[in-house]
Amino acid sequence: MPPDRFPRLVPQGDGAVTVQFSDEVSATAHALVTGFTQALDAAQREGAWPSVTATLAEWVAAYSSVTLILRPDARLSEAQAVQRDADLLTLARATQPAQNAGRCWRLPVCFDADLAPDLAALAQARGLTVAAAIAHLLAARFHVDMIGFLPGFPYMGGLPAELALPRLATPRRAVPARSIAVAGTMAGIYPWASPGGWHLVGRTPVLPFDVREPEPALLRAGDAVQFFAIDRPAFDALEAAAAVRPPDRSGWLIPQAGRLPEASP
Amino acid sequence: MTTPRLDVVATGPANTVQDQGRWGHRGIGVPVGGVADPLLATCANRLLGNADTDAVIEMPLAGPTLRALGAPVRLALAGDAKAFVQRGDEAPQPVPAFQTITLWPEDALRVGAVRQGVAYLAVSGGCLVPAPLGSRSTYARAALGGVQGRALQVGDQFDVGPPRGDLHGAWHARPWVHQQGPVRIMLGPQDDAFEPDALATLVNEAFGVSRDSDRMGMRLDGKPLQHRRGADLCSEGVVPGSIQVPGNGQPIILLADAQTVGGYTKVATVIRADLPRLAHCRPGDSLRFLVVTRAEASEALAQQAAALEAWTASIAPWQAPGTIDLRQLYEANLLSGMIDARCDPMSDAL
Repeated sequence: MPPDRFPRLVPQGDGAVTVQFSDEVSATAHALVTGFTQALDAAQREGAWPSVTATLAEWVAAYSSVTLILRPDARLSEAQAVQRDADLLTLARATQPAQNAGRCWRLPVCFDADLAPDLAALAQARGLTVAAAIAHLLAARFHVDMIGFLPGFPYMGGLPAELALPRLATPRRAVPARSIAVAGTMAGIYPWASPGGWHLVGRTPVLPFDVREPEPALLRAGDAVQFFAIDRPAFDALEAAAAVRPPDRSGWLIPQAGRLPEASP
Repeated sequence: MTTPRLDVVATGPANTVQDQGRWGHRGIGVPVGGVADPLLATCANRLLGNADTDAVIEMPLAGPTLRALGAPVRLALAGDAKAFVQRGDEAPQPVPAFQTITLWPEDALRVGAVRQGVAYLAVSGGCLVPAPLGSRSTYARAALGGVQGRALQVGDQFDVGPPRGDLHGAWHARPWVHQQGPVRIMLGPQDDAFEPDALATLVNEAFGVSRDSDRMGMRLDGKPLQHRRGADLCSEGVVPGSIQVPGNGQPIILLADAQTVGGYTKVATVIRADLPRLAHCRPGDSLRFLVVTRAEASEALAQQAAALEAWTASIAPWQAPGTIDLRQLYEANLLSGMIDARCDPMSDAL
């Protein structure tokens, strides 16, 4: 790969442009994505790089790219668009790798068979007992790479190789909300009932997205997640409580390593 | 003063409250959503003197029947549909699109079938449903916005803005007509992931709109677009208008409720000026694509904005045929001080 292939700009129509730092998943590219979004944040705060920020509505950070979306009322002349692209590329080339100051979460999961409909088949396909598969899930330390697809859906890396399996051949029409799902080397938590092709290996009573909270998404890119097992009565009680009012999320943070949400920027 | 409310007496399929979208939350996976055709929704709002951002009712196939409660409510319908107003025991009277109507308490408006695409019903002051994350737009998948985060149901009631404007007068405008012709696209971001003949197919062949389409995306049926090395991509941001092509080679155009990221290669992107037209495609319709440059896309958007202003300038007081234009007489000082609110050309007509 020639060294100057990245970063590069690719237009997404006339309303968005994507800055690609790589075309594959890598920690290096992800650190550049994080550094770039921090630079965009700063530019917006300070009113710097007006050709980029004046018409910018928002951006979406993914594994190795950041997509910048124009405000709906923004109309750029070709000359303005050319200037915007030149400045964007300068900004992208100057980007230093960075890490988000992540929090550490310890989230409860129930592995009862009806809440984990694919767990037995996944264990069997990998030559494991169900108990051994659960042990691998509980030993894993997942890292949140990005939030997307659905409101609050965390794309998490860190699934133990022992549990790796391709996606289901036929996706489910409806994955129940709060299902813990795995595919390939990834794990996720479905905040909402949705179609999905990942293997369902458990369910958490914690709401990954709750509009009653000041910060609706539970997780942010950069956070770490570990799971701990709970039994059915504990699951039912937590689920019922969460339906009534938002439980204190800070209770799921690992106190020594995590920071309280109030302390975050 | 009593807050006016609307009571949903009957509803068409997937009638939802929508505004211009929930901007600023893609970073946590929340789609922008909002009206599928912002231009037509804006027409409905402007007939009433509303802000363009006021929340309207989107009606994909047929509209609801709404009854005014507590105070008068003015409404305006935009799209290829018509409505009927029911006042007490009187026979229902037709109300055309692109014309305002006042409902007095207990009057009801029934919106019939939407003949082409989608239609909008605006309400004076907007539909005042909750606005989680800054928007009243209904996003049912995450139960955000609208009435309880879902489509309208019989028995729903919601507040609308305070009555304003001339309750006794009516306004109308010519119908808004979208530009015809092929849907304009810009190639990329991953046009290089396709065989050259796939790009030829994209611009030369017609594609049928599949039944399997919704506010999130429109699936197309046509000659498959062949990838050079697979359909999968390192997931990246997508936008309404992204034309993603999964492994079966059949394109999906993402629409207003587009997810925020996607892992399929995207052969092209529909330009912003042509997104509103896509809202009017129905299963079985045929689409063709035309590749344009960014400069041409920008010019199309400017022309569209000018067309909307020209349409807005066509809004005028409405007079029933054969009635005396009291307003014009009054404004011309041919009558002095004797205008009685009950002497309403609209009520004469009905």
